[in-house]
Amino acid sequence: MDIDRIDQIIDRHQCEASSLIQILLDIQSENHWLSKEALTRVGEKLQVPFTRIQHIATFYKAFSLVPKGRHEVHICVGTACHVRGATRILDTVKDVTGIMPGETDMDLKFSLETVNCLGCCALGPVVEIDGKVHGKMSPGETADVLKNYE
Amino acid sequence: MSDFHLEIDGNKVGVKEGETILEAAQQAGIYIPTLCHHEKLEPFGGCRMCIVEVESRGRTKLVVSCVYPAEAGLVVRTRSEKIDRIRKTILELLMAHAPDSPPLVALAKEYGANKDQFEKESSFCIHCGLCVRYCEEVKKNYAVGFVDRGVRKEISFIPEIAAKVCNDCKECFPLCPTSYLQATFVLTESLAFPTVP
Repeated sequence: MDIDRIDQIIDRHQCEASSLIQILLDIQSENHWLSKEALTRVGEKLQVPFTRIQHIATFYKAFSLVPKGRHEVHICVGTACHVRGATRILDTVKDVTGIMPGETDMDLKFSLETVNCLGCCALGPVVEIDGKVHGKMSPGETADVLKNYE
Repeated sequence: MSDFHLEIDGNKVGVKEGETILEAAQQAGIYIPTLCHHEKLEPFGGCRMCIVEVESRGRTKLVVSCVYPAEAGLVVRTRSEKIDRIRKTILELLMAHAPDSPPLVALAKEYGANKDQFEKESSFCIHCGLCVRYCEEVKKNYAVGFVDRGVRKEISFIPEIAAKVCNDCKECFPLCPTSYLQATFVLTESLAFPTVP
């Protein structure tokens, strides 16, 4: 993500220091992560000390300071999904993508995270990929769904 | 001149509008233990050591005196069985992080806190925020800040800024109750300071 694009996002928020989190969220959703250069640029433009930006960027789980894959896979391992076999789903995804929860694969295709509840326990076990919810998954179906992503 | 009066440990104390209970007590020469308080800095309310019992309109409640504004007619007790017990537990929890910190050891003696009460989690930082706030509010250097949250919260120097300003300042070093700050600085210096071109 180049500096011009970051400036555009900052300008969209009128360079307001109070919009810091919103700006970081916009950069995060476009770029999938917050690079040091991006954070430095935001700090310069908004006149906010880097320590504060760093504090905020590390505080919220929505922000990532390391590159994320193009597709974010969230696997629910909450109680309901767990008893309906989330562990086996997770194992399948680990096998297919070759990464552990919290990691990103080498060609930045997938990032894998476990979550504790997506709020749709009746659909368990639930897998969420790029915000799209896949319910009542079996290990086989999960592997098939993952093949659809490039 | 004082605007109104309140009672601390049986003494009538005059306070000005906007002062906290802690400030009122300190001016009256009444000692309340603190760890995160510093006169040049904004109140933080982080360590909870300055907790006191406050009685107003017939009700007693526990408040943190460094952030609680003094009100007319308050009755404040700085020591009681309950407060001592709370301070003891706070100390024991902090000592799971920094068992040999001099200010903690001194307070532990006073309140009978056992430094081995809880399993050791030697992160050495007790999150008093003195270094972070001093750098921010007094020096305006913003060289050190907090990162992460909850149990993983820690202080972190920004190497680019620290390399420029810290060696000539180091005013936060004596503030740290555990010397963890110094360790963090040395670590940052050796690992991450930008190399001189």
